[in-house]
Amino acid sequence: MLTLAHFLSLGAVLFCISVAGIFLNRKNVLILLMCIELMLLAVNMNFVAFSYFLDHMDGQVFVFFILTVAAAEAAIGLAILVVLFRNRQSISVDDIADLKG
Amino acid sequence: MTVAELQLALPEIFVLTMACVVLLADLFISQDRRGLTHLLAVLTLVFAAILTLRVMLPPGEVLYAFSDTFVRDRFGDVLKVFAYIILAGVFVYAKHYLRQFNLFKGEFYTLSLFALLGVMVMISASNMITVYLGLELLALSTYALVALDRDSRFGSEAAMKYFILGSLASGLLLYGMSLIYGATGSLNLADVSAALGGGAGDSMLLTFGLVFVVIGIAFKLGAVPFHMWVPDVYHGAPLAIALFISSVPKLAGLALAIRLLDNGLIGLHGDWQGMLVVLAALSLVLGNVVAIAQTNIKRMLAYSTISHMGFMMLGILAGTPEGYAAAMFYAIAYAIMSAGAFAVIILISNGDREADQLEDFKGLAKRNPWHAFLMMMILFSLAGVPVFLGFFAKWQVIAAAIGAGFTGLAVLAVVMAVIGAFYYLRVVKLMYFDEPEHESAITAPVDFRAVLTINGVAVLALGIFSGGLITLCVSAFV
Repeated sequence: MLTLAHFLSLGAVLFCISVAGIFLNRKNVLILLMCIELMLLAVNMNFVAFSYFLDHMDGQVFVFFILTVAAAEAAIGLAILVVLFRNRQSISVDDIADLKG
Repeated sequence: MTVAELQLALPEIFVLTMACVVLLADLFISQDRRGLTHLLAVLTLVFAAILTLRVMLPPGEVLYAFSDTFVRDRFGDVLKVFAYIILAGVFVYAKHYLRQFNLFKGEFYTLSLFALLGVMVMISASNMITVYLGLELLALSTYALVALDRDSRFGSEAAMKYFILGSLASGLLLYGMSLIYGATGSLNLADVSAALGGGAGDSMLLTFGLVFVVIGIAFKLGAVPFHMWVPDVYHGAPLAIALFISSVPKLAGLALAIRLLDNGLIGLHGDWQGMLVVLAALSLVLGNVVAIAQTNIKRMLAYSTISHMGFMMLGILAGTPEGYAAAMFYAIAYAIMSAGAFAVIILISNGDREADQLEDFKGLAKRNPWHAFLMMMILFSLAGVPVFLGFFAKWQVIAAAIGAGFTGLAVLAVVMAVIGAFYYLRVVKLMYFDEPEHESAITAPVDFRAVLTINGVAVLALGIFSGGLITLCVSAFV
């Protein structure tokens, strides 16, 4: 039988993978965008699990909002990525390091 | 949804409508008449202010709408009115910059108005869903604004960094919210507060949730150690956008902290107070010390923002109405001062390049005595020299920290304010005691000069007559 703890563990594992992906990835900015999506999905997993086990609808409503915002966020992220590529002909994370001090 | 509920949200509905109207109207306005878009955006702010002031709530009265997801109270009303006033100033300053750098397009106004809507929704949020939606509306609009200059290497890099770290912060905040939802069984902040008061909830879930929520807030405010994005975004973004980011969103950051930590999680005050003490202390030290090493004035002001957010947190961490009033006073004061400082950088920039190096300020007093004088007043205020606005703001938050029993932290704040005075006064020294490198006259449109004069004088006048603004802030937390 699946319990709340199973779902929360899955959510936590997905969340950790996404955070680790953001900090460890040095190659490609696209992977960062994927990690951000994964992070939001990990949160959704938490909300749906709590919502089901608490028998409370609000959590599932929040998930719909998060999904919608995630779509908008991906659109903005990809748009910025296109601008970045036009200016530098590269989307490697290591190359985005002109600003420092 | 009743008519009375819609009336409570009338300013938000109006700003949303006008943001769409500006977007559409701009399509039919030719480039040489783009000033009309500017006018329309400023009029939007004027009417939004009238709509907000028309039903300004008396102290202590709180009204809810839309299944308790939207709250209207005096705190929100006062903060919104200041957001309109400051954004109107930002629009006037930005117009001069955008014209010079060929960025004078309608997108700036549409995105700024949507960002303002996000700020307003955050200020009026009484449910975690509304907090999140307001936050994202503000954040997504600002990401796009940072990349406004599509051909700038720095601009696109800053936008990408801001986007990645901002999304990470939203993710952390959401994860925290999900755990708090699980522990208390509600997304409504008042219900969360009631559940915590009743001792409900698994303490491990709550502690984890609180840690993530505080990290999310710290990211959005730019507190150390979650400040990495602030200097890069200020440096890379066009000046007009850095001006915007350093002013209005700070009011939203304050609202985010107060809505979540006070309205929702006041039952865990002992826990989040400790975290804010650490964040505030680190921000004060790192912000002020690293700012000294900067030669780029945009980066210097970015580190100064970090230290000012540290000061603002001194007020929030007290967890008392007096502390919140002090933090609110600080946020408003900081937004006014920061807008003025960026405006002077815009003033001395010309179409070739942004005057973002400290050397650009050399001899400003000889080239343009009045504006150098205004800049001096703004810098004195940022440094916290007595009689200026910034002094009273610092005084209030430090008094709040002492009231909460953090005398050591208050002493640290005073020491750091003295260290911080060095890099502000260095700019004054460059303006008054060095010879100018260029002799070219500094020109700006009359509306720009008028607003800058009002801004500079306001820093002094609001300092001398600070009692009124303080009373207003205190009345927001009765």
